[in-house]
Amino acid sequence: MKRVSKFYLALIYIFLYAPILVMIVLSFNASKNRNVWSGFTFKWYAELFHNQIVLESLGNTLLIACIAAVASTVVGTAAAVGINSFRRHVRNAILNVTYMPMINPEIVTGVSLMLLYVFLGVKFGFLTLLYSHITFCLPYVILSVLPKLRQVDPNIYDAALDLGCTPVHAFWKVILPQIMPGVFSGFLMSFTYSLDDFVISYFTNGATSQTLPITIYSMTRRKVSPEINALSTILFLVVFTLLIIINLRGRNPKKKKRSA
Amino acid sequence: MKRLLAAFGAVLVALMIPVSALAEETQFDYSQSEYDYTRFAGQGVSINVYNWGEYISDGEEGALDTNREFEALTGIKVNYTTFATNEELYAKLKSGGSDYDIIIPSDYMVSKMINEGMLEPLDYGNIPNFQYIDEAYRNLEYDPENRYTVPYTWGTVGIIYNTTMVEGEIDSWDALWDEQYKGNMLMFGNSRDAFAIAQSRLGIPYNSTDKDDYRRAADELIKQKPLVQAYVMDQIYDKMEGGEAALAPYYAGDAIVMMEGNPDLAFVVPKEGANLFVDAICIPKGCQNKEAAEMYINFLSEPQVAAANIEYIGYSTPSSAAFALLDEETQNNPVIYPPEETLAKCQAFRSLPDDVNLYMDSLWTEIMSTGTGKNNLMGIFIGCGVVVVIVVLVVLATIRKKKRESMY
Repeated sequence: MKRVSKFYLALIYIFLYAPILVMIVLSFNASKNRNVWSGFTFKWYAELFHNQIVLESLGNTLLIACIAAVASTVVGTAAAVGINSFRRHVRNAILNVTYMPMINPEIVTGVSLMLLYVFLGVKFGFLTLLYSHITFCLPYVILSVLPKLRQVDPNIYDAALDLGCTPVHAFWKVILPQIMPGVFSGFLMSFTYSLDDFVISYFTNGATSQTLPITIYSMTRRKVSPEINALSTILFLVVFTLLIIINLRGRNPKKKKRSA
Repeated sequence: MKRLLAAFGAVLVALMIPVSALAEETQFDYSQSEYDYTRFAGQGVSINVYNWGEYISDGEEGALDTNREFEALTGIKVNYTTFATNEELYAKLKSGGSDYDIIIPSDYMVSKMINEGMLEPLDYGNIPNFQYIDEAYRNLEYDPENRYTVPYTWGTVGIIYNTTMVEGEIDSWDALWDEQYKGNMLMFGNSRDAFAIAQSRLGIPYNSTDKDDYRRAADELIKQKPLVQAYVMDQIYDKMEGGEAALAPYYAGDAIVMMEGNPDLAFVVPKEGANLFVDAICIPKGCQNKEAAEMYINFLSEPQVAAANIEYIGYSTPSSAAFALLDEETQNNPVIYPPEETLAKCQAFRSLPDDVNLYMDSLWTEIMSTGTGKNNLMGIFIGCGVVVVIVVLVVLATIRKKKRESMY
């Protein structure tokens, strides 16, 4: 039985990681052809750093992901604190409204944002992209912070006030440290969603900037260049190491506590 | 956490450095041209260019980095973005709110845009390099008086086939209806190109406005469907190079690239004729700095620049001066520069009236959904229905259970 379950687990991971493995292997393929292996090369990695169009859109993507993640985390956390202080019925109503953009098909969000900008007469470009990304990231932050807030004992906050904290001070000193894991996971979620969003960016990008997924999509009339494999491999490795670092960091403090 | 954010920041900064490091020197020498390229230098002027993906030399393998070269030469910043289809470009322009200075649509889209008043007439006095454009590519159907466009590239459609998988030489579109290649042929995944093939076979002009002609062409395509392995666009590269299909219609410039990847491949423009397409540089209405945009057009038409771009793209150049700079092998390659008699058989696309376009779209949907398609659709509906019924039953059961529990 144990062997069967191990086999099953292995199968699942092969299924999950096989495409990534193929991509990594192809990024070292000397031929542009995806069917033929014609030798090992770092050529595509070198070319990647000469390809302005890809690099620029990568820069845009990362910049937008960072700003959008920070902005939506700040705004979303503040909103979550506000929502949490409402009575139950109002809170539930607001939460349902918050769910809407998440369950809405992305294409609807994208088209309606585009129509909104046209209606307001805003020029499409970096700012419209950024604003759209903040918009669709917000619900994720609110929904990851809110459960943490509900776990917080309101008496601690009251105690802080009794001991002479101003409300703002009490928020920073008492509430925020307790909801930090929620805030952080909201931040990471926003970052990743912003990073790989295609549909909404497709409708809201403009003449001055475009993100990486759109650049890759526009290559499909000719041929998606192997540099993209190299780039995806780098991105995968960066995310992978980040995950490892986060996991290691999560483990260390406990060990210290135990030994102390 | 702070360290993590700092790491994020560091990665970001590291990635931005190569982007901001601008080359100050130009690769080519432009002193022999009398054009004043520096009149906007230092004024913070920028232009927004909207082009096809992978359709400009971008510095790969030491080749010209066109946009950076222009920036170094003129001091004008280029915001470069890309699209995948003419229709995407059209939708972006129509929706408003985006200010492009340079766009590069294909012929039929150019004529549609001219008809709808979306393009700005060019000042050819400001584009002296237009003189290098071959007579054959001036005053074409899509822009009869040549007031709006400077051609960028051109090419033909034809059949690319694998000589080891095909008997004898292919010279007719009939091959795409030949039973012996069943399951071994690919077909265009976009309607206009696919219809054109059926139209050539039936001897119908490409720009016919008679709906019956399109009905007949659609019937041909439906007849062909059981033979087709897949309707593709760029996947054709892998399939043809990897020998997964015997023959497919595609653009000559792309065929060349595939032939480099697999020496067994050959390309032919069928005897019935094929589509000759031109992608042309235009300035859309609403352009912020027309003079700077025209400077960019002139720059793209500089012989060395046009030659470098055409070498990268692999299509054919309309500039006789750029042609003269190409190596002899390319100049004599009948795939990229076919002989006169082949070109004489080719036709260009013009924009069709809206009702014909709509009709063609509906026919295309019909073609795509014939045969196995309908059954699949039925299956999907049944599947969805089953899922919905199960969900409803489960929800009802839980509600009933809760009610029963609350009764006690």
